This record gives sequence, structure tokens and C-alpha cells, in this order.
Amino acid sequence: MPPARVKRTRKGDYLLRLTANERDVLRTLPGQLREMLTSGGASEDPGVQRLSPPAYLDDAASSEEFDRLVRDDLVAQRMSAVDEMERTVDAERVNEDELTAWLGSINDLRLVLGTRLGVTEEMTPADLARDDPRAASFALYAFLSVLEEDVVAALAG
Amino acid sequence: MPSTAPIETDRPSGDQDLEPEMPWVVVVWNDPVNLMSYVVYVFQKLFGYSREKATRLMMDVHQKGKAAVSHGSREKCEFDVSRLHAHGLWATLQKDR
Repeated sequence: MPPARVKRTRKGDYLLRLTANERDVLRTLPGQLREMLTSGGASEDPGVQRLSPPAYLDDAASSEEFDRLVRDDLVAQRMSAVDEMERTVDAERVNEDELTAWLGSINDLRLVLGTRLGVTEEMTPADLARDDPRAASFALYAFLSVLEEDVVAALAG
Repeated sequence: MPSTAPIETDRPSGDQDLEPEMPWVVVVWNDPVNLMSYVVYVFQKLFGYSREKATRLMMDVHQKGKAAVSHGSREKCEFDVSRLHAHGLWATLQKDR
């Protein structure tokens, strides 16, 4: 197993062992996420809709009322995590709150990409041909999945 | 003037508060994106569950397609659903039948 990209230090902060290429990719995340989050309630994109699913299964009116009450707050929380990640995207060490913001942003982007791609739990990058137009999105999704495993392991450890 | 029994307009308050509230339940549904480790982490973080309990609930979501993760008043369950949505989990609330 390759060494984890995220390591908790004795001081209680977290060391981020990321390559220059990986940092380049991560630097594009905040912009992508802001665009998705600001497209908001009117979005027809199932990926964006996945970020605020209906709260009631068989009660559209209650789901809409719930959405009306929580949406602004939900978007604000997500935006604040995006800001935090952007501020620390080149940091070698981050504290727990900062890493938690990374985790939120990484997972949000995975939800949008994964929903758009229609991923399954068994899907691997090998399932897509090199010239498949979805290949780049899937590569990003796969990288974020590996990174998220390391982030969760470090936070939960 | 025939006297009538006084109409009781001010019932002692508290009567209704004593009635048990209809219990509600929060259900988390399986989805192909959220990592198993992440779901365990979120259950522990939001509900303070032990690693064992959080793992058991995650396995129910993964294998049975859903799990009831919290109970209580409608208000409390809506709050829990909003926190789960903020963490990207697919959660709904319903009356606990």
C-alpha cells in the first residue's frame, strides 16, 4: 500500500503529502465547486441536485418547505468550506478544522461528479475507454476518492 | 336566566405537552458515491455513536439499502436530516410506524 497522503502528527495537526500535480488539480476545486453551488436551486443538473436531496420520500410539499428553510444555510456552510480549502490549498500542514473543510469540499465535488457520471460502487477507471469524453471527470473522481479515504483515515484515526 | 355551566376556555396548560409526540425516524439510504469509511465517520461525528454502532449502521445502509439512524420529534429529525445533507448523505425523515 502506498503511504497515506495525509498523516496526523504528534502535535495534532495534519501533514499533507501531495505531489505538485495533485496540488495543481486541487487548486481547481474551489472554482468548480463555487460554480456548482451558485447555480443553486434552479439547477436542472442532477449532480447539483444531489447536494440537497428531498427530505421526505412521498411528500413534495414538505420537502419543498424543508428545502426553503435550510437551503441558504446549507450553501453558506459549503461555501465556507470551499473558502477554507482555497486558503490552505498549498499548505504543508493543516489543523483539524481546515482538514474537515477539505473533506467537505472533496466529498461535495465527488457527489456531483459521481452523480453526473452515474458511477457504481464497482466502477474503475479501466471501465472507460481513453477517448471517452467522461474519462477526465472520472479520473478526477477516482483521485478524489483515494484522497478522501486518506483524509477520513487521518481524521478518524 | 338559566345558569349554564361555565365554558372552560382556559384548560390547564401542559395537558398537550404530556401527550407523547408522534415519533419520527431518520433514514439514510445507500448511494454509490459516499465511501464506507466516510459514512462511519459522519455517524460518529453527528450522533456521537461508538465506532461499532456507526459501523453496524453503515453496513445496514450498504447491504440492506437503508438504516434508521436517529429517532425523535419531527423537529429533531428535520435537524438531523439537514446535518446529514450538509455532509452529503442521502437522508429522509418519516413517521415511525
